[in-house]
Amino acid sequence: MIRTPLRPLARVLKARATGQNPDHIEQENLRLRREVARDGARLRAEGRLLALALLFLSAFVVLGARMGLLAATTPLELSRGVLEDISGARADIVDRHGRVLATNLATHALYAETRRMVDPVRAAHELARIFPDIDGARMAERFTDKNRRFIWIRTRLSPEQMQAVHDIGEPGLLFGPREMRLYPNGRMAAHVLGGASFGQQGVRAAEVIGVAGIELYFEDRLRDLAQVDQPLQLSLDLTVQAAVTEVLEGGKRMLNARGATAVLMDVHTGEVISLVSLPDFDPNNRPPPPTEGEPADSPLFNRAVQGYYELGSVMKTFAVAQGLDSGRISPSTIIDTRGPLTFGRFRIRDFRNYGPQLSVKDVMVKSSNIGTARIMQPIGATAQREFLDRFGFLEPMPLELAEAARARPLLPARWSELSVMTISYGHGMSTSPLALAAGYATLVNGGRRVTPTLLKQDQVQPGQQIIAQRTSDQIKLMLHQVVQEGTASFARIPGYPVGGKTGSADKPNPRGGGYKKDAVLATFASVFPAHEPRFALVVTLDEPVDTTGPEPRRTAGWTAVPVSAEITRRVAPLLGLRPVSLDIANASFQQGH
Amino acid sequence: MRSFLYLCTALAVIALAAWAYRENHMTQQAMNERRALEREIALLNETISIQRAEWAYLNRPDRLRELVDVNFEQLRLVPITGAHFGEIGQIVYPLPAPRAEISDTIEVYGAVEHLFAPSESVEQMP
Repeated sequence: MIRTPLRPLARVLKARATGQNPDHIEQENLRLRREVARDGARLRAEGRLLALALLFLSAFVVLGARMGLLAATTPLELSRGVLEDISGARADIVDRHGRVLATNLATHALYAETRRMVDPVRAAHELARIFPDIDGARMAERFTDKNRRFIWIRTRLSPEQMQAVHDIGEPGLLFGPREMRLYPNGRMAAHVLGGASFGQQGVRAAEVIGVAGIELYFEDRLRDLAQVDQPLQLSLDLTVQAAVTEVLEGGKRMLNARGATAVLMDVHTGEVISLVSLPDFDPNNRPPPPTEGEPADSPLFNRAVQGYYELGSVMKTFAVAQGLDSGRISPSTIIDTRGPLTFGRFRIRDFRNYGPQLSVKDVMVKSSNIGTARIMQPIGATAQREFLDRFGFLEPMPLELAEAARARPLLPARWSELSVMTISYGHGMSTSPLALAAGYATLVNGGRRVTPTLLKQDQVQPGQQIIAQRTSDQIKLMLHQVVQEGTASFARIPGYPVGGKTGSADKPNPRGGGYKKDAVLATFASVFPAHEPRFALVVTLDEPVDTTGPEPRRTAGWTAVPVSAEITRRVAPLLGLRPVSLDIANASFQQGH
Repeated sequence: MRSFLYLCTALAVIALAAWAYRENHMTQQAMNERRALEREIALLNETISIQRAEWAYLNRPDRLRELVDVNFEQLRLVPITGAHFGEIGQIVYPLPAPRAEISDTIEVYGAVEHLFAPSESVEQMP
């Protein structure tokens, strides 16, 4: 910077020459210099003020925005266990009327911090006194092990046990809060609920994770913190489930069956009202998976959903329905039933000889294998396959259970003409009781495809029309005639007209090749009320024997039908069905034609 | 004039500081209360869930069935069947309400004629 001199020589000389005071020049220059300095200082000060003002402004804006944000947020209520990183929260599961099927219960886990322990040996022996399965000596060894500082002792404590542990007075024994899954109804609906166990564990909380059934299927929904307050509502009805279980257990015991299963379904919505599989288990204390024997005999096995069996004559209804729907036959068409029907080396026989010919209705009523084989023969493999596929019999039947997708129906490797005939009476293709119930629901609800569900439905869009309304009406009447005149006479219940079809299938030999002797899977698929069906019920008994007569009887008419009838008698009033007389039902059938 | 303004500003600052101090304390107190309330809510929620679980446990079908069996003598409860459905015609008409007998002095407020309806009209009811 070039400084202007205060007394420039040129001006001083000029001033002297004119007789002026040269000091004035110096003062003038000083003044100018100060003015420049002052202007600079002012500018700087203004800048600082502006920056400061901006700072304050932004601070106020931030504060204001934060306050506005706080005022606008909805108040959050802290529920139990939510603050933890590991959350034990899990939504309840309730039945269709809101009764609790599964809930969380606060409990405590017991752990030990060995460094804090005063008398580890005494504590170990005291613990062994409270919990009989704890070995005192081994526990003392673990407590005194220098390498261990932390030991889990129990994942769940009852209040009494907790008090007993408190009374030991050992400061090294500590309690961690836990959420425990509780199934208050015990074994009820065990196969639907599945069970739960602990996942990741921390001192303050532990994850509760589903291990099977609907608990596993809806794992994310049940643990979603946003929905944890809303219970998961199932379509099951606890009262109905209890009644079905009671009757089925009695029937299984009386008929010495190895297992039994029942599926009750709303024919319009596909809601499963009750699903029982016996033997069952207690989901509060889920047994370990079986390591030996047939997995299908384990209590964990859900026969209704995982059990794909050749169900026998109950499948004849679908063959007859296809015949009716194709327009080839009507209920009064006469079918040649002379037997045995030979096809290559294979012979198809009837349970007994029903004479040279039967009407289609009587093929159903008397359950003639030859009859359905003759009905299906001209229809052929492609059409049969396509028809069964429309009902969903060729795929695993979907249901909101973790197990549902694991089992698959057994289909013939090559869909030959012989397969067509055997499948027409239910051999050569396996079906689960659940799929059968959905199939019967579809047959009688006017022909609209039913997808089974375990969740309560408020409104259901009607499924795809699979068979004609007229076919559905004819099938309804035939099913009713089977009960009134045919193999299912034990299903006549005063007040509740039932329609249904029996099936007694020989069980395939597990070691491959042929069928077991004297081992029958007895099934009764029924719908009620017969004239305007609202519910479909499938009852399957595994190797039942009725020994009340002079010789053991194994057919479904003597085993599955009486059990099913008793279930219907108990359950229909619970479902709010008013009894109707048979005349009204018959009149309703007349009107339909 | 200027010193008065300064005085006012200083007083305003003091007043605002006092207000802010008080507000801060109130906020902290409210937050403490909130924490206490949240703890109480969590505790109550836990209690409710235990009560609900216990209620469900006490109402489990197995236990109810046992209770029905044990108390069959007094209650005579049986499973519902079709025979338990009634017809609308089986429901009796409501009986005429018995007339209140007045034996003592009573105090009456409001419209009196409604209390003492003509007795004939009551008896004429079917």
